Amino acid sequence: MTPLLELAGLRKAYGALEVLRGVDLQVFPGELVCIVGPSGSGKSSLLRCCNRLEESTGGQVIVDGEDITRAGVNINKVRERIGMVFQQFNLYPHLTVLGNVTLALRKVQGKAQAEADALGMAALERVGLADKARNHPAQLSGGQQQRVAIARAIVLQPKLMLFDEPTSALDPETVGEVLKVMRELREAGMTMLVVTHEMGFARAAADRVIFMDAGAIVEQGPPADIFGAPKHERTRAFLARYTAGH
Amino acid sequence: MNGPAKFFDTFFNAGVAAKYLPDILAGMGVTIALGLAVAVTGLIAGLGLAVLRATGRAWLALPIIAFVDILRALPPLVIIIIFFFAFPMIGIEMSAFTATWLALSLVLAAYAEESLWGGIVSLPRGQTEAARSTGLTWWQAMTAVILPQAIRISVPPLTNRVIAVAKNVALGSVVALSEVLNLAQSATSAAGNPTPLTMAAAGYLVLFIPAMLGARRLERRFQWRT
Ligand SMILES: Nc1ncnc2c1ncn2[C@@H]1O[C@H](COP(=O)(O)OP(=O)(O)OP(=O)(O)O)[C@@H](O)[C@H]1O
Ligand SMILES: [Mg+2]
Repeated sequence: MTPLLELAGLRKAYGALEVLRGVDLQVFPGELVCIVGPSGSGKSSLLRCCNRLEESTGGQVIVDGEDITRAGVNINKVRERIGMVFQQFNLYPHLTVLGNVTLALRKVQGKAQAEADALGMAALERVGLADKARNHPAQLSGGQQQRVAIARAIVLQPKLMLFDEPTSALDPETVGEVLKVMRELREAGMTMLVVTHEMGFARAAADRVIFMDAGAIVEQGPPADIFGAPKHERTRAFLARYTAGH
Repeated sequence: MNGPAKFFDTFFNAGVAAKYLPDILAGMGVTIALGLAVAVTGLIAGLGLAVLRATGRAWLALPIIAFVDILRALPPLVIIIIFFFAFPMIGIEMSAFTATWLALSLVLAAYAEESLWGGIVSLPRGQTEAARSTGLTWWQAMTAVILPQAIRISVPPLTNRVIAVAKNVALGSVVALSEVLNLAQSATSAAGNPTPLTMAAAGYLVLFIPAMLGARRLERRFQWRT
């Protein structure tokens, strides 16, 4: 099977600060891969290089067989196939919930209002928020806003979804509803790369867990191995801190 | 004549008012036309400058910052005088109307750029990133996500500034622009009676009170719905 996403020797530096030091990673269709690791280890940078919100400084990012870091690539076309969900939701406050979800359908895909609205309502249905379509984001809870952000991404029918700590800004009581939507997405066959501090979610839902430290992948494997029998001292130390409630 | 009668005869003289009404109305027409023209060109130019500055290119940003600072530092009167009296010496002639319009438009553009730029940079970076992550181009993200929010944030300072600049149309009298205050002053000397000035003042109230009410409504309309 060919990977849907492949990082080959990926490097990223901010000036003199090297935050990704040659990362190799493959994500296969239908897989849910979780990335865990200490703060500052480069998890967000890695994720953001996958849709070039951040430009890598070396190596390749291959999506669906195409190296998207090459000059001449239409990055906007590539981004339609890669959905992204942010820690801070980043909903557009001046638009309704439906307006948030349909903006790219209308602007990027040139769909007529009626068709965009129908697709937008279907996406909101999937995250259980069709009844909030006419509200503004500020009227929703954090968990609801994050579900709208997921709908905004999946409405474009991406092949790959990137999540950067999607539950870290949420009140504990709304974390569950977001994780539930993510699990449903995975069951529907979506390929997902998820940076998370929710070890319970990683253990229960991930096909593979990656442990990153200092800009490199230290260890990866099925959640049972990573959480049950970590091979590296650094992984053990990180997990010990986490289970102790860091 | 007793006190009140004298007061009315001086400031509200019906004969003088009737005689100079056409002049005052013509002057008001010029003031309104120029005020509107300045508002339109100044705001559009300010928006254009803010968007250019948002491209993040230093060779665009630096001249814009310099332009904005210089135009806000100079008194508008001086700019009008330069355009009308100094530019002909380098072969650029313009009418009093054009000189006043251009000068006040540039001043408004400078203030509008500053307000809109402030609105743009106050937005979280995540707004652009979310838009770009769904495939919107820089321009689409700017027009559909960033500017609608930045404009809302800038509405209160912008409405105040537009009204202030529109009142500066009266500065055009230094280059003999036939705006309402200038005509009222000439009429006052000719008639030996200040009633035309009273009429001009009334004209200002008729123009600017609705403008201020409209501005306040606009500000309310653009407040966040929550
Ligand atoms: N735009 C930037 N400019 C300079 N340095 C940056 C920038 N973004 C991130 N960094 C630095 O790069 C390193 C990796 O950051 P990154 O956000 O990828 O880590 P992370 O693993 O996502 O951390 P966290 O768990 O705190 O989100 C950190 O040291 C951070 O300070
Ligand atoms: Mg991060």
